Amino acid sequence: MLKMIQIEKSFNIGTINEKQIFNGLNLTIHDGDFITVIGGNGAGKSTMLNLIAGVHKADGGRIILDGEDLTYKNETQRAKYIGRVFQDPMMGTAPTMMIEENLAMAYRRTKRRTLAWGISQKERELYRESLAQLGLGLEDRMKTKVGLLSGGQRQAVTLLMATLQKPKLLLLDEHTAALDPATSAKVLQLSDRIIHEHGLTALMVTHNMQDAITYGNRLVMMNQGKIILDIKGEEKNKLTIEDLLHKFEDISGSKFASDSVLLGDR
Amino acid sequence: MITTATILSGVAQGLIWAILTLGVYLTFRILDIADLTVEGTFPLGAAVTVVLINTGMSPAMAMFCALLAGAAAGFITGFLHTIFQIPAILSGILTMIALYSVNIRIMSDKATVALEQPSLKTWMLSLLPEGTVSNTVSIILGTVFCLLIVALLYYFFGTEIGCAVRATGSNQNMARSLGVKTDRVIILGLMISNALVALSGSLIAQLDYGSALVTMGQGTIVIGLASVIIGEVIFIRKDMNFALKLLAIIAGAVIYRTVIACALTFSFLKATDLKIITAVIVAFALALPVLQQKSAQRKLRRENAKKYDALIARELGGDTDA
Repeated sequence: MLKMIQIEKSFNIGTINEKQIFNGLNLTIHDGDFITVIGGNGAGKSTMLNLIAGVHKADGGRIILDGEDLTYKNETQRAKYIGRVFQDPMMGTAPTMMIEENLAMAYRRTKRRTLAWGISQKERELYRESLAQLGLGLEDRMKTKVGLLSGGQRQAVTLLMATLQKPKLLLLDEHTAALDPATSAKVLQLSDRIIHEHGLTALMVTHNMQDAITYGNRLVMMNQGKIILDIKGEEKNKLTIEDLLHKFEDISGSKFASDSVLLGDR
Repeated sequence: MITTATILSGVAQGLIWAILTLGVYLTFRILDIADLTVEGTFPLGAAVTVVLINTGMSPAMAMFCALLAGAAAGFITGFLHTIFQIPAILSGILTMIALYSVNIRIMSDKATVALEQPSLKTWMLSLLPEGTVSNTVSIILGTVFCLLIVALLYYFFGTEIGCAVRATGSNQNMARSLGVKTDRVIILGLMISNALVALSGSLIAQLDYGSALVTMGQGTIVIGLASVIIGEVIFIRKDMNFALKLLAIIAGAVIYRTVIACALTFSFLKATDLKIITAVIVAFALALPVLQQKSAQRKLRRENAKKYDALIARELGGDTDA
């Protein structure tokens, strides 16, 4: 279980560009939750994920994961518990290293690195099986440099890397936004399958309302640093895009500003 | 006149400079940093070695101290770059400038300190048959050191920590998200690189110059880069084994030194022209990919023109008719 309690966050503190993003944000993520997060630009979705991952640190409040206080732990310390896939397919993999070397790096996410050999024959078998499950034929290209793969392939590899060691929390930050519609759908289905198969707890930011409704068991809508809607279970299953838009207008008192949220990326 | 002796002296020097080149390759290609600390670490290695040998220390021990001194210099650059987030180039320049003063201190306010006690070269000559020339000593020792270093580096970059260094150079963001302490890894990479450079300086002082010079570091980064690029352009192919890549880099250094040695036999070139020649080689090599692309594009345009010009002319002609 991850608890974010009374989170405060501002950027460019003490300068003319100071901007407060969060003023008392609260969110509890239960084990097994697959939460989709939507909201307009500047709502604080990515900042929330970055605060959880430790890319940015909160100015106040507490972030507790399974009883451990992560608030002031840095990104590398939290990497032990958290798997991440980024919006930019280039960000999650090392292009000059082979597919198997990238996986070997990910396999050691939770361990202390030593002068032991960086990859073993036994691991290769595991990687081959895992890659085969992606259904992209990558299991026969394990010695290929990742830089030669397409964006969709790289994103699938990153997804595999993030879940190779079961994370306590999987963070997906608009991880299909940079892909073409067909690839995007494929990677999304893959994410959904992996999350269910491994029983993962996940947080997925998306700009696509339909995806936010289709996937996950819980939906969170953010606006100006506040969670304005938190729907789960049966209620979420019955949601439509129109419902969401109405709710947004009711609660925030304004029209949903961004067309891309309504129309999605496809 | 280019003689066998000229070529042999080029090869001999090349094998020792190759150690510096390996250090430059680590930072430039693996960590993706152009590390200017090298210009201060090279004379640092020489100064530490010569001064310690002159106090009566054994050459092996003195070289070990040079190695440590180089690593310490790399640590400072790495610290400035990662902890204080000073750009890598500037961090290197700061350490390099600081080392200038440090080196003069080590050399007791002198610009040159000559070796007065037996060095590695003396020891090696005593092992070899009488009449062995200095180039032979350099070639033997250079080969031994190069092969040893290649073996160590090959092992190291295959380990978990070594992979973390490569991943950090390739994509820092990814490395951090997988729990790699990138700051430490960058510092470690700079320490290894500068230790190698100091060792190279130490060997040059003992085997070639017979002394340590404050100014011997000038231009070393460019010499290192030139050798790296020559090795890459001539030998390195995609998906080449890492050990072979390192050997290619060594070959690059040997070729560079041999070409320079031969060039200097021409009467119209002076030894001081070396730096401009090196700068031109590096500039040209770095410009090469851009030039190649432009020329390929021009070629394609010419071919397309040949194929479609008649068609386009007809098309345009048709328009004016209508």
